[in-house]
Amino acid sequence: MDAILFYAFAALAVASALVVVGQRNPIYSAFALIVTLCSLSVIFGLLGSPFIAALQVIVYAGAIMVLFLFVLMLLNVRREQDAPERGGRTLRGVALALVTLLVLQAGAVVLRYERAAASGFDASTRKMAEVLFSPHFLYVFEATSVLILAALVGAVVLAKKEL
Amino acid sequence: MSPSPLAQELLLALAKIAVVVGALLGLFSLMTWVERRLLAFMQFRLGPNRTGPLGILQPIADGIKLFFKEELMPEAANRWGFLAAPVVSVTTALLAVAVLPYGPPFSLPRWGFLPAWLQGRALQLQIATIDVGLLFIFAVTALGVYGVVLAGWAANSKFSLLGGLRSSAQMFSYELALGLSWVGVIMLAGSFQISDIVNAQAGGFWRWNLVVQFPAFLVYFVAATAEVARIPFDLPEGETELVAGFHTEYSSMCFALLQMAEYINMITVAVLCTNLFLGGWHSGIPGLPGEGLAGFLWWGIKVSLLLFVFIWLRGTLPRFRYDQLMHFGWKVLIPVAAVWILVTATGVALFPGLLRVASR
Repeated sequence: MDAILFYAFAALAVASALVVVGQRNPIYSAFALIVTLCSLSVIFGLLGSPFIAALQVIVYAGAIMVLFLFVLMLLNVRREQDAPERGGRTLRGVALALVTLLVLQAGAVVLRYERAAASGFDASTRKMAEVLFSPHFLYVFEATSVLILAALVGAVVLAKKEL
Repeated sequence: MSPSPLAQELLLALAKIAVVVGALLGLFSLMTWVERRLLAFMQFRLGPNRTGPLGILQPIADGIKLFFKEELMPEAANRWGFLAAPVVSVTTALLAVAVLPYGPPFSLPRWGFLPAWLQGRALQLQIATIDVGLLFIFAVTALGVYGVVLAGWAANSKFSLLGGLRSSAQMFSYELALGLSWVGVIMLAGSFQISDIVNAQAGGFWRWNLVVQFPAFLVYFVAATAEVARIPFDLPEGETELVAGFHTEYSSMCFALLQMAEYINMITVAVLCTNLFLGGWHSGIPGLPGEGLAGFLWWGIKVSLLLFVFIWLRGTLPRFRYDQLMHFGWKVLIPVAAVWILVTATGVALFPGLLRVASR
């Protein structure tokens, strides 16, 4: 059952990700990206972490993509102009994607993620909270939130001429 | 011969889904009639009173009319987007209902005609009991925006586009306040599961979150009204400015679906409010029963009361101006909710006795 669901949603994620890249209408790309994010969320759920699955939909599919769409519709972006295809832009893109895939795979092999997954690790909400707020990660966690706050304030200062 | 445990679970889940969706569809059509009648009384009119006794068959007449109406689509509309928008709206609206409890757990009676595996079986009055129920609702309502946005964009009409833009900005702003208003409730109950939150309020009405978390309740109620785009927050429709906003170009069944999604969202919001703040199925008065059928009745009364308040508001208040709406959401509701989270967290940290972690 889990395997069937996994392959179905993995295939959906890859297919919609291809649409995101291949589509020339930016609105279609945005909607395809929403589908990708939602299918990734299902995979997180299958891995036994409903908390991450819900956050994935709330933060990415819910909040960030609404902003994307809002800007796209407000600016009324038309179909991307057929830019003159210069020497091997597609080729370079494919090469970069392949290199990224290799690096990720190598990382997974080196860090032995498949062993962690096989040992039935606990990714429930309670466990997540205990790990995140343990002395081991607390400093990183709080520093990240300060970083995000600084970025927010910076964005407001840059966007507003006078405050 | 009784089916395997997995098949039993699946059968029960399917039965629950059928009952809940059926009840929701019935409630939706009833609500359209109740709303029109009540609004009419508030405005010294009679409202639809010709079809059947008191006009109660009006929703059926409306349904037949909408069903046989021609499906119109603007020439320049985006065909797939235009058709997908009502589907997205209704799907997300119905998904949110899946994790809402609508009564205390109860056991089936031992009636003779029931198969053996059903006799005396304990039932949760909830389709799916998941670890992160409240977050699931938040995620699904976040996706609900896309139905409206898609409807506004795909119709390729200026009024629709303006309605879609307004709704995405409005829902996005008020979603934050809505989510923040839940945090105090979650902290007190120590769980994301809605049934745990309800049980944390057992005892008496002074233990309801309506009392303990009053500021959070106010923020929730205002933000929820804005989320479902009811008056005074109905700027996405704004019939005096935008004709009908995002659903200007819709007719026939597509229009009916969009309308249905709106009413189901309103019912969801009322049910959630009952469960989070009004003690769910608990009677609130020590001594009065809150189990089984009585609990379901209490729950139903609270939900109906809230639905009535939504209609009452519609009959009473004028619409916000757009800048007032944004100002109120970002500069009043969100700070109030954030400060209240700090107050609750401090209270929980100083007096651990406040914490009513559900027993598991």
